[in-house]
Amino acid sequence: MMKMRLFALAILWCGATLFAQDYFPENDGVKTKNNNYTAFTNAKIYVTPTQVISNGTLLIRNGKVVQAGTSVSIPKNSVTIDLKGKWIYPSFIDVYSKFGVEQPKRAPGGGRSPQYNASREGFYWNDHVTPENNAISKFKYDDKKAAALRKAGFGVVNSHIADGIARGTGVLVTLNGKGNDADRVLDDASAQYFSFNKSVAKRQSYPTSLMGAMALLRQMYSDANWYAKGNIDTKDRSLEALIANRGKVQIFAAGKNGNTLRADKIGDAFGIQYAILAGGSEYEHIEDIKATGATYIVPLNFPDAYDVSNPYQANYVSLEDMRTWNQAPSNPKVMAENGVPFSFTLHDLKSPAKLKDKLMKAIAYGLPKTKALEALTTIPASTLGKSSQIGSLEAGRYANFLITSGDIFDASSTLYENWVQGHKNVINDKDLKDIRGEYNLNAGGNSYQLTINGTASKPKASVQQDTNKLKSKISYKDNWLDLSFTTDEGAKIYRMTGLATADSDHINGRLILPNGKETSFKAIMTKAFSEDEKKKGESETPVIMPVTYPNMGYGYKSNPKQENMLFKNATVWTGEDAGNLENTDVLVRNGKISKIGKNLNAGNAQVIDATGKHLTAGVIDEHSHIAALAINEAGHNSTAEVKMEDVVNPNDINIYRNLAGGVTSIQLLHGSANPIGGRSAVLKLKWGLSADEMIYSNSPKFIKFALGENVKQSNWESYSRFPQTRMGVEQVFMDYFQRGKEYDLKKKSGQSYRYDEEMEVLAEILNGERYISCHSYVQSEINMLMKVAEKFDFKVNTFTHILEGYKVADKMAAHGVGGSTFSDWWAYKYEVNDAIPYNAAIMHSQGVTVAINSDDREMSRRLNQEAGKIVKYGGVSEQEAWKMVTLNPAKLLHIDDRVGSIKEGKDADLVLWTDHPLSVYAKAEKTIIEGATYFDMDMDKTQREAIAKERNTLINMMLQEKEGGGKTRKPMKQDPKHFQCETL
Amino acid sequence: MKKRIHILFILVLLLGVNTQAQQTPASKQTEAISITGATAHIGDGSIIKNATLVFENGKITAIGEASTPTKGKIINANGKHIYPGFIAPNKTLGLIEVNAVRASNDQDEIGDIIPHVRSIIAYNAESKVVESMRPNGVLLGQITPSGGRISGTSSIVQFDAWNWEDASVKVDDGIHLNWPNSFRRGRWWLGEPRGFQPNKNYQSQIEEVVSFMKNSMAYGKTKAKEHNPAYAAMQGLFNGEQKLYVYADGEKEIIDAVTTLKSAGAKHLVLVGGYHAYKITDFLKEHNIPVLVGFTHQLPNFNDDDYDLPYKLPKLLVDAGLLVGLQNNGASNFQTRNLPFYAGQVVGQGLAKEKALQLITGNTAKILGIDASYGTLAVGKSATLFISEGDALDMRGNQLSHAFIDGRTLSLETHQTELWKRYMGKYNSGQ
Repeated sequence: MMKMRLFALAILWCGATLFAQDYFPENDGVKTKNNNYTAFTNAKIYVTPTQVISNGTLLIRNGKVVQAGTSVSIPKNSVTIDLKGKWIYPSFIDVYSKFGVEQPKRAPGGGRSPQYNASREGFYWNDHVTPENNAISKFKYDDKKAAALRKAGFGVVNSHIADGIARGTGVLVTLNGKGNDADRVLDDASAQYFSFNKSVAKRQSYPTSLMGAMALLRQMYSDANWYAKGNIDTKDRSLEALIANRGKVQIFAAGKNGNTLRADKIGDAFGIQYAILAGGSEYEHIEDIKATGATYIVPLNFPDAYDVSNPYQANYVSLEDMRTWNQAPSNPKVMAENGVPFSFTLHDLKSPAKLKDKLMKAIAYGLPKTKALEALTTIPASTLGKSSQIGSLEAGRYANFLITSGDIFDASSTLYENWVQGHKNVINDKDLKDIRGEYNLNAGGNSYQLTINGTASKPKASVQQDTNKLKSKISYKDNWLDLSFTTDEGAKIYRMTGLATADSDHINGRLILPNGKETSFKAIMTKAFSEDEKKKGESETPVIMPVTYPNMGYGYKSNPKQENMLFKNATVWTGEDAGNLENTDVLVRNGKISKIGKNLNAGNAQVIDATGKHLTAGVIDEHSHIAALAINEAGHNSTAEVKMEDVVNPNDINIYRNLAGGVTSIQLLHGSANPIGGRSAVLKLKWGLSADEMIYSNSPKFIKFALGENVKQSNWESYSRFPQTRMGVEQVFMDYFQRGKEYDLKKKSGQSYRYDEEMEVLAEILNGERYISCHSYVQSEINMLMKVAEKFDFKVNTFTHILEGYKVADKMAAHGVGGSTFSDWWAYKYEVNDAIPYNAAIMHSQGVTVAINSDDREMSRRLNQEAGKIVKYGGVSEQEAWKMVTLNPAKLLHIDDRVGSIKEGKDADLVLWTDHPLSVYAKAEKTIIEGATYFDMDMDKTQREAIAKERNTLINMMLQEKEGGGKTRKPMKQDPKHFQCETL
Repeated sequence: MKKRIHILFILVLLLGVNTQAQQTPASKQTEAISITGATAHIGDGSIIKNATLVFENGKITAIGEASTPTKGKIINANGKHIYPGFIAPNKTLGLIEVNAVRASNDQDEIGDIIPHVRSIIAYNAESKVVESMRPNGVLLGQITPSGGRISGTSSIVQFDAWNWEDASVKVDDGIHLNWPNSFRRGRWWLGEPRGFQPNKNYQSQIEEVVSFMKNSMAYGKTKAKEHNPAYAAMQGLFNGEQKLYVYADGEKEIIDAVTTLKSAGAKHLVLVGGYHAYKITDFLKEHNIPVLVGFTHQLPNFNDDDYDLPYKLPKLLVDAGLLVGLQNNGASNFQTRNLPFYAGQVVGQGLAKEKALQLITGNTAKILGIDASYGTLAVGKSATLFISEGDALDMRGNQLSHAFIDGRTLSLETHQTELWKRYMGKYNSGQ
């Protein structure tokens, strides 16, 4: 019975809405449709952020705007609401919401081994690609959350399932608590969503990395094209959905760390322009952001200050993180300034209630109010392609608007009402009288001083008798004031209640004396409330620290510039036949080594006295894992489709530290989690430049292969992935190269073929266009890979690590493969039992091109010393040993025509050492890339002082923030992953 | 240099390559040996040029200028260098052979406070990794359990022995305590952020240590009816027979550790690590705390730190007048043969070479309490020393021709040199 009644109530409620479906049968009464107009008069109306009408009228009917203007004729069947002095805005829209959509739950922990294959049938081969998901199927209107959003000013949100790499479609809904889904849902397949993050609900291993997610997206798109042409016999509901939703708005949840640019690049490759969820630090590289041409969705989760009141704890906070606190609120301003279109989202804000504070902060940091309003109304509407329905108060749009006491971005303004689809939602009573002020209170024959302050809707009271402060309680609602206070230390309670009326500043009403006797009170206003004092603080413009490149400690204010320079009287390690030249000059012009000789003329070049110092070519690390956001794509045993170039991280402090150790070029290698790894990035360590600018122009193509314990997964819990033995490793290679060969033949034959990025790469190897650098340990496997290559008629380029290379050095020389090894590492795994520090010397003696590499972000900055050890262990000459960290790795990387030695015409990648470069005593004084100084001891000293100074400034600013009552969080130190080959 | 190696190589070939995997420990010194003509690096900051050094029955009997009378067999070391054997503190050498092979791992016993666990009985005197220390001059080590709050009890050994009893130089010399950290890593696998954040349990973790110390001390005051091995193992700290090695890096942690442990009764404290010790050298000096500082070939702990802070840290402490040794506790054992180069790195930062040498010889011996016999070249001390062709702190000069432990002439061959010779032999013979 009870249930029945509720049901009936629900129906009644729905029946009362404006949008009761006309064609639905009516069983609970007669049809009572409201076709009247509502007119809001005398208001300041923001029809759009730039079209503002003062003293205008907004006319609505049946949930939509009929007209907004100054000379609107009001039909007779109108209800008129006078909004004199009040402002009307279109209500806000959040493009990136999860409102009302059930989000997937995290899958429970797995078993002994990872799950490598998909768990679904009839869908794409990867569980994280779920474009067939529709948010509407998981949507359930939640009025409690809707109320919170309405309170913050929102009228429409675009919600979705925020899970997986391809996430399916979203749902665009109004926050109309009085209608039903038939009214609310404006679009049940509003946009198609993507991200780089795997589904939390699925356990399929691939992709384990950012670059894997990127490769997966690329393959997914090209498979969709292939599928769309009818080339696949089986049914793939994922690809079908992806294809069907091509025409919709495509939204990419990219986020931090340059992922916005990564997302845009994927889009570019397939002719898609995503709307991109930003990370909040777009100001750091605004030119690149602008160049994407994308519209952004910007979170407002500006970080709180760190609580740095304890100096020990303050040590843990990096300058980079302090700066983020200081600079992040300027992100919207910088984006607006540069003409990048964006909308705001509540995403990553703890609660919608924080919105106004954050908006005011962005505005205080320079964001124009018009841009702020656009980011909440017209831009989200146009991003969604729904400008004709929402985002403004032009005729025909939904009657979604806000009524405020004044400028909505002003701290003192009040949001009164949030109308959604023509339905009023009261946030604060607009007819509530503001009773704040000072009063003379007469009660029971005594006189008291009553002060009412706080906010108009939630005032606070204090009652004083002479100088005696009395305990009091106030509540104020619907213009009724309830006030009580006690005298005689709580012994006597006075209670009173009275109505504040519009026409009087005084309040009269009923008083109940401590003895229970009823009488009356009178409060006579002596002074009205004013907010002037509060405003003073807000007008201060915040101090924003300048951005550096990269934007962290040791970043430069501007990028190092190419200079012409002349090194005088150096000991020059040419690395060429000329050997070491004493008291020699080297002239650098336009980024190149222009001349080597004695008593050279400087011309316009800056002269550097190198007397007693050693000048060498920059050190090259054949095997590095610095400057990366990911290292291993471990989800498959072959991942040739992934690219390290996709995940270069120019903000790694180890770039700077490597420069301080004389390193100028590195091969950023994929890890060793699988026999066929990912493609390399060959980089110049141009600290401060973007990831793309660090990648070699016209870069040689490399790929990482791996053998042994890591690819067999010997040293961690994994028992299900092929291969588990060295026998299996060979079969992986044979299988993939065979398939690559067949793929390539088909491609070359002119037949149509399914584009497969992985097979493309294998074909490149077979065609001699891409080189292998193979992680290797024991002699059997080294020999095996050479034999596999010979079967397929190509050469292995480099064995890296190659710790038992000395056992097969003759075979390596015959095959023509180089060896890039550690100087003295061993004993860390079973397969390095026979690793010896004489390895490099023995391989060298047999004619193998030998390099010494690091695979370690610490050792990489001392590779000169590691070369010194090759003299110690095995007696290689000093000049040959030096080549092992310069010219030889350049040869192995096929960049020796540009770098690796001091030779006229080569890139001016140079290091000036204080001492013999193979000595433990030597320090890099200057490190130069293409004639630009990227490290210099004196510059470093200046940087140290600047860091100390800026830290101190920011710490003081944070302390002030805390003292001023600002929110703080506990000190934190970032702990980025530090990569070696095996890091998963 | 090249020529020298070449000669060495031919010599080695002549000697043959069919030796065992592990080198046979040298037999006792039977005749006096005199080294002449070398630069003697004493290990106390001084040198003697063109020195003569005589040792007999394992002990140095004379050291001085060229005029010093020689005795017995003479080694002409003209232009070469003599050094006291380098000492590697805080290592698990001989407790683990291959890092990734669990079966070879004996370095970390379960349990949080286990001072009664003793390293010496697990020390593998025949470890191939230990053997590889000698050719670089590292001849002694403090074998130290790892992990937990109190990891156990260490012992000091020499690196040429048949078994752990032979190897022992000082048994159960100290107890090793990992001081709690006021910051801890976020447990990201539980959904916390990855970074370091304040450790809420820091104070209670200190309480645990203090409580254990106090109970141990109280236990020692009477004859207990029931034996408590953990409390019993701590007694040496209170009577001064053992040292307490406390591992701490932060400024706050160091101050807390020293203050707390001193008042809890630890007689001899040694600070191990000390990343931020340079900020509180006055405090450490006042409390007379020696430091076994972290090795130089590490990265700075914080992004904003000087890139060369680990390089110069030992110098900063030496300059402040502290007693400083170097340890590479955090590195893999095989790396310990680079101990001389860790010291050499500090020279590049401006520390005098002989002072840098002290960081791995005389100072370390003093800190470990074995300076009566080891760490410097002096009459009456053990003849644990070596001859290097050049500057042993630089990879360019570290090339040993002779090494001695307690006067015994060591083999400088290893598993690794043998493989080198075996394969060079293969190639040279055209096989």
